[in-house]
Amino acid sequence: MELAGALRQTQALKSQVEAASGVTLSDCYQCGKCSAGCPVAFAMDYTPRQVIRLLQLGLGEEALKSHTPWLCASCQACYTRCPREVNLPRLMEAVRQEARRRGMINEKKVDIFDQAFLSSVERYGRAHEMGLMIQYNLQSGQPFKDALLAPPLLFKGKISPIPAKIKNVAEVKNIFARARAKGGGRH
Amino acid sequence: MKYAYYPGCSLEATAKEYNQSAKMVARHLGVELWEIPDWSCCGATAAHNNDHLLSLALPARNLALAEAEGLDVAVPCAACFNRLRAAEAAVRGSESMRATISEIIGRDYRATNKARAFLDVMVNGVGLEKIKEQVVKPLAGLKLAAYYGCLLVRPPELTAFDDPEDPMTMDHLIQALGGEAVSWSYKTECCGGSLATARTDIGVRMIYQILRHARDAGAEGIVTACPLCFLNLDMRQNQAAASHGEQLNLPIFYFTELMGIALGYAPKDLGLTTHFVNPVPMLEVREILRHPATRRETA
Ligand code: SF4
Ligand code: SF4
Ligand code: SF4
Repeated sequence: MELAGALRQTQALKSQVEAASGVTLSDCYQCGKCSAGCPVAFAMDYTPRQVIRLLQLGLGEEALKSHTPWLCASCQACYTRCPREVNLPRLMEAVRQEARRRGMINEKKVDIFDQAFLSSVERYGRAHEMGLMIQYNLQSGQPFKDALLAPPLLFKGKISPIPAKIKNVAEVKNIFARARAKGGGRH
Repeated sequence: MKYAYYPGCSLEATAKEYNQSAKMVARHLGVELWEIPDWSCCGATAAHNNDHLLSLALPARNLALAEAEGLDVAVPCAACFNRLRAAEAAVRGSESMRATISEIIGRDYRATNKARAFLDVMVNGVGLEKIKEQVVKPLAGLKLAAYYGCLLVRPPELTAFDDPEDPMTMDHLIQALGGEAVSWSYKTECCGGSLATARTDIGVRMIYQILRHARDAGAEGIVTACPLCFLNLDMRQNQAAASHGEQLNLPIFYFTELMGIALGYAPKDLGLTTHFVNPVPMLEVREILRHPATRRETA
């Protein structure tokens, strides 16, 4: 009974990730071309090919624990080269979102950066780079990170303490609200 | 030739020299840019990491504003370009997605217009012949590595204008401006994007590899079309080089800056004086800035 329940769960995870990414996991024949060209592979716990393998084998829980989906830079090299046209960056995106939903934020700093970015866009309609840097530093517990870079950026007029705000912020806020209401967009 | 213009957030801040030089060369070459009024952020990587619909809707709002004017959109930032194209393709490919996105953005959007990379607009829209005719200060055989990064050319079904493994658009432009485009194997390697901020340890290794391969190929500078690539290669260059006990001093350019130089504008007016690695001494040593008189530009 328990085994059947677990099996059902792994099946559910598999089809959920497939639906969210539009990827058919069985398309991948494990040639490894994706991992060979992945520029971030050196820093990953599982290679991109292994992440797919885990999902294929019903070991999705393990994939959810991996740091790989969080480190993927979405550079599209793997997808461009894959002989089976497996959209790996989309798959990484789906695995990461599912992990996040379960509270498994495996790369806290990456997540803090993304969330700070999005909240800036939601608030001003644009990304405010300086505010973003400060918010990111404080929340990730490294207040002086890149402190040497900020003064020259300010001096060169490349960042501003004042956020540029668009006129129609309300419209952008609505876009966030409606996208959220639609559940973030499975296919 | 008229385009809607979508600068994107970086071009108002860390990449303001890209904005400045892009507008200058466009005006010089008779390309009229209509900046999308009240444009908003494309959402960048953060949106599509977190919410697929949001990542399509944010760029769609800007595309819809341009569509209402019947204009294609010229996009300097490679990351924005990629996101705009993704939104365009999703809406064009599916009626139900079209309806969903239109509902989310509260505007009717049919994807009848196109986003085009600013590089594509220059090289294939204006044309290399016309650009060549306008060159008054050729780049004196300066050896340059054309760096495309990822999002300008991948995935090819979205980006469409050049080869994803060995793109040549920027190489040809460098040649048309009188420079020499070096052959190297890292032209489409990813710089890590925002990993340099969130995981500096990883980002810096990726940045170093690109810088090193450019130098080993004999390049005297690197040419980019993306604010994030630029920031990583320029602002973090010292950090990346120091992590390997080296000093590189490799100037990084936006392709529009080099166009501006060759068309005769002054480095200061193009914003070249705001780089971390100052490119002006090299241009002076190579006597690229010498006569005929530099065009004055008070933008
Ligand atoms: S390149 Fe494609 S088919 Fe080959 S292992 Fe990677 S995802 Fe699977
Ligand atoms: S998209 Fe992600 S997994 Fe694919 S090659 Fe780039 S970094 Fe690696
Ligand atoms: S890529 Fe970055 S800078 Fe360019 S608009 Fe999108 S979010 Fe703003």
